[in-house]
Amino acid sequence: MPIAPATALLLLFLAGPIGYCVWIAFTNTQLTGSSSSDFVGFANFRRAFADDNFRNAVQLTLAFTFLSSIVGQNTLGLALAGLMRAASRPVRTVTGALVITAWVLPEIVAAFLLYAFFRREGTLNAILDQLHLPSQNWLFTLPILAVSFANVWRGTAFSMLIYSAALAEIPQDITEAAEVDGASGPRRLWHITLPMIRRSIGTNLMLNTLSTLSVFGLIWAMTRGGPGNRSQTLPVFMYDQAFVNSLIGYGTAVALLLLLVGSLFSIVYLRLMKVEV
Amino acid sequence: MRPTAPLILAAAVTVLAAGSLTACSSGSGSDPDTVKVAYNRSTDNKIRFKDAYIESVKKQFEKEHPGKKIKLIPIQAADNDYATKVQQMMRSPKTAPDLVYEDTFRINSDIKAGYLRPLDAYLAKWDTWSQFVDTAKAAAKAEDGKTYGVPDGTDTRGLWYNKKIFAKAGLPTDWQPKNWEEVLDAARAVKKKVPGVIPLNVYTGKAPGEAAVMQGFEMLLYGTGDDPLYDPGAKKWVAGGQGFRDALGFVETVYGEKLGPDPSDALDPNVGTHVATEWFPEGKLAISLDGSWMGQNWINEGPKAWPEWKTELAQTPMPTQNGQAPGKVSMSGGWTWAIPQKAKNPDLAWEFVKTMQTPQNASKWDVVGAQIAVREDVAKDPAYLNSMPGIEFFTGLVQYTHYRPALPVYPQVSTAIGEAMEKVTTGDGSPESAAKEYDEQLKTLVDGAVVTK
Repeated sequence: MPIAPATALLLLFLAGPIGYCVWIAFTNTQLTGSSSSDFVGFANFRRAFADDNFRNAVQLTLAFTFLSSIVGQNTLGLALAGLMRAASRPVRTVTGALVITAWVLPEIVAAFLLYAFFRREGTLNAILDQLHLPSQNWLFTLPILAVSFANVWRGTAFSMLIYSAALAEIPQDITEAAEVDGASGPRRLWHITLPMIRRSIGTNLMLNTLSTLSVFGLIWAMTRGGPGNRSQTLPVFMYDQAFVNSLIGYGTAVALLLLLVGSLFSIVYLRLMKVEV
Repeated sequence: MRPTAPLILAAAVTVLAAGSLTACSSGSGSDPDTVKVAYNRSTDNKIRFKDAYIESVKKQFEKEHPGKKIKLIPIQAADNDYATKVQQMMRSPKTAPDLVYEDTFRINSDIKAGYLRPLDAYLAKWDTWSQFVDTAKAAAKAEDGKTYGVPDGTDTRGLWYNKKIFAKAGLPTDWQPKNWEEVLDAARAVKKKVPGVIPLNVYTGKAPGEAAVMQGFEMLLYGTGDDPLYDPGAKKWVAGGQGFRDALGFVETVYGEKLGPDPSDALDPNVGTHVATEWFPEGKLAISLDGSWMGQNWINEGPKAWPEWKTELAQTPMPTQNGQAPGKVSMSGGWTWAIPQKAKNPDLAWEFVKTMQTPQNASKWDVVGAQIAVREDVAKDPAYLNSMPGIEFFTGLVQYTHYRPALPVYPQVSTAIGEAMEKVTTGDGSPESAAKEYDEQLKTLVDGAVVTK
């Protein structure tokens, strides 16, 4: 039974806490105040679905994920990977280094950089001023767009790396054959490249979506979910409930619902990956 | 499947982290000669007077008690996060400190959660306790009649205004507004005659947290009538009645007529720092509804040295809504020293409290912390009375002051008020609709224990 120690460790440190979380989600445990902790069934979940702020957080989370992960990181990553294949070596090196720098920066450092970029006295407004365009406090007027942009800036490198590897795998002769047959750039992309890297797209989308769904530090440092609730995504909402309002039970229930959203996305992507062309 | 590799890695990291965390927490804390003291270090790295003060008391204590040690655990975090951190520490005997610094408005929640131990046995044998004023003694008293903390100071609130700007706007420099309308009129005069200056700052919204709810909203609300938030007789919370809507209406007027800061600045979590270190010293702000501790920012060791504040700024009480009796309103809070239920060395921790509360140390603390004294001997101390301009003024407001309903659910009620304020500030809702939403939230928070006034 050589696998027994590993199983025991996994049960103890992985399944244990997860099971405990699931249990907490069905109780009214609080961090402070009432010290009793009772089983309340689905009350926390019912409360979530009746809570306007929860619904708001779900919508914002979906918008944030769609904008920054599916549209932003994914498309931009593919475009960069494609362009870099065609570029000269120095350009490739410099671009790659820049993009990857954004990726390896700690989340909180990246968040402060982007806070400094978007804030009223920030870099973006300084540039707009130079161009005689009206400036504004972006974190106040368009908070969800600002944090989405921040997530794109930070996370595109990952997609770029995945797609670079995938594009390199496409046999040269197929592309050449298509060229000889007179297929234009967009047609080659649509009929040759995309189908051939389909699995990479699926994997990339899944990983991107899951990591974007759980983005907390970036949003917390840039806007704290504000102004009002206008950038309060599910992780921020969960934190507010569990640690600001001390409602650990409710916060954990929201965390489980977030897990559910993540699994739904995963199932969809896994299906997409299976479909044969 | 590629993704499994990162998963296994993540699991391994989690296991390692969990292992090292438990390794860290065991072993510490069982030393019978060490008192672990948790307190909140300011998030402003330039403010270290509290650290310096506790450090000096620690030296004194260790000298007077040979062989005993004080281990300071400064927690550098915003107030909400500090409370969360301390609550988590107090949950387990492995991490519970021996002494914690607790905000009076949270102490009842922590008592109810069973985190703190009563101090009555210690207090009975401590003759200094009779020097404490009754309101302060009551601040750390639980519903069971026992006292769980030793308060070390309080604060009051009023209107700070810039006399230079007032002179330019043709307003009297010994300003004494009688009601809300006169406060607004002064702000309107500033807006008209001194462009480029923010006429009136009222903290608002969710981001500044309790600063907005207490300095901003409750300073207005408690000027509209008796017990407007909680009815102690009926033991019920008061739904957003007329006074609540009027207070929101005041906030709406301030931001709607552009008498206040730009909403995007007002809703910045760091607005308090901006007021103290930029707007007031740079002459960009005429009036601020603010606390007694403001001067602490400008004294030499403060974050922004500004000696001229003593002559440029003046204070006046916040009037009640229509000037109704007693005419003035103030809110008070303050912090206490409390001993956790799971503390290892409660007796030694109590000895440290006694060292901190010698008359000299108590007076020194109120001076360096710009606190309002809660002890009669300190309040008479000339060193305290002469420590800062305005301290007599703010000490005089203690008779008009109100304490927040220090009940476990208060922090959540406070969040709901912050949301209501934010709606009227950004123009997303009218005072009526915001008050209605507050009512609904209140009902769920307190399980329907609500009265309407």
